[in-house]
Amino acid sequence: MKHLLTTDGLDVDTARAILDTAEGLKGTLLGREVKKLPTLRGRTVITLFYEDSTRTRVSFEIAGKWMSADVVNVSAGGSSVKKGESLRDTALTLAAAGADCVIVRHPASGAAHRLASWLSHTDTCVVNAGDGTHEHPTQALLDMATLRERLGGVEGRRIGIVGDVLHSRVARSNVHLLTSFGADVVLIAPPTLLPTGVADWPVGPAGSLTVSHALDPELPTLDAVMMLRVQAERMHGGFFPSAREYSIAYGLNEARASLLPEHAVVLHPGPMLRGMEISATVADSPRAAITQQVNNGVHVRMAVLYHLLAGEEDAA
Amino acid sequence: MPSRPRGAPEPAERRELLSAGDVARTIARMAHQVIEKTSLGASDSRPVVLLGIPTRGAPLAARLAERVAEFSDVRLPVGTLDVTLYRDDLRRKPTRPLGQTALPSGGIEDALVVLVDDVLFSGRTIRAALDALRDVGRPRAVQLAVLIDRGHRELPIRADYVGKNVPTARSEEVHVLLAETDGRDAVQLHRVGEVG
Repeated sequence: MKHLLTTDGLDVDTARAILDTAEGLKGTLLGREVKKLPTLRGRTVITLFYEDSTRTRVSFEIAGKWMSADVVNVSAGGSSVKKGESLRDTALTLAAAGADCVIVRHPASGAAHRLASWLSHTDTCVVNAGDGTHEHPTQALLDMATLRERLGGVEGRRIGIVGDVLHSRVARSNVHLLTSFGADVVLIAPPTLLPTGVADWPVGPAGSLTVSHALDPELPTLDAVMMLRVQAERMHGGFFPSAREYSIAYGLNEARASLLPEHAVVLHPGPMLRGMEISATVADSPRAAITQQVNNGVHVRMAVLYHLLAGEEDAA
Repeated sequence: MPSRPRGAPEPAERRELLSAGDVARTIARMAHQVIEKTSLGASDSRPVVLLGIPTRGAPLAARLAERVAEFSDVRLPVGTLDVTLYRDDLRRKPTRPLGQTALPSGGIEDALVVLVDDVLFSGRTIRAALDALRDVGRPRAVQLAVLIDRGHRELPIRADYVGKNVPTARSEEVHVLLAETDGRDAVQLHRVGEVG
């Protein structure tokens, strides 16, 4: 694996190897006083963030540091990007400065792919940490890690993804990964928040993808429900009448959560808008795996760095 | 050292060094040596922990503990210590899957840790194990038990308990087979033609 850009095209064996590594790393570090492994000593990891982030940036930084890589953080606000430097020049600069891995988040869909193509003549690998409304592969991997822990696996499980699917890279990455592991995914959203052609999204052979506009009838059938944030920053128009009305129709409140089966898990990629897509009581309930997702995020990102940086250089 | 490189070519020649019976007898002898050298069962004996290095060190450590219990009535705590993340050759090989690290519940603090592995070759696995050990605690002392010592050390490391010394050429491979991982017990010497 040279880059990690999408879950579409990430083969199941590689994904499983990353998840197994993440599990191993979690076990290795569990209960340790000193969380430091020498594995990536001397490797340089640069996070390049053109969008705000707490979880993803911090967990990549922690992941790198726990494996002894040198981690440098670049954000668009405090860099030459502000002076008008292009993404391409910034990428070439970082590679020339000695980055072994560039982790990029960008508001434009496809930015990570472009970056990888510009760096194809170098040894620098690229990880997509979210590109516009396209993909966010490490989020899908950490969701999968969490579902494996909570449900033992996703094969034959029914997973609901609820809310702003239109603007969600998390939804897209998750649909690819979950279905390729054999899950039945149902996207639940108002018609205005579903992308056109969603029914034609590529789906893994063992899984399935369906679309629904009503949350309540789906809830009793779900093994896990993934609530998405309503991405106001990407909305330039009326997608629903009001926040209150959205919340009434698609928000996961206590009454709705009680419709879920006993074992069902509630996921949220964060940041949460409490009272909008999820109520505070549900977010803090034991069935919510939201902090567990963040915790797994660190181990999954360690595993991704391990698979990208620790193997043989000329290995495909 | 990986005793069984994945995707290795079919060996030109294969010789059995130890049969299933030999493996059992060798482990039994090593158990006696562990009992003697650590003065197990004596009134002043101090805690001893066996840590197997995955893959095949792990079942070997468990078997060694069984024999020790049989001969001395002392049940030694057994664990595993994966050294993959501490290896110095990660970038020379395709990405390795991780093994399991499972320390006994009592930990290793101030215990005599006996590392257990199948084949001692360059010594680099053991160097990695010593680094890994340092990150999980401070044992009183560390010893090493290996089923096969095949020579060709690249580091100043030696074993305290050796099942069998096997003079080998670098181009040869020693494969330890264990029932737990390979379906049967045996030790084989493979001759792979060119220097590998």
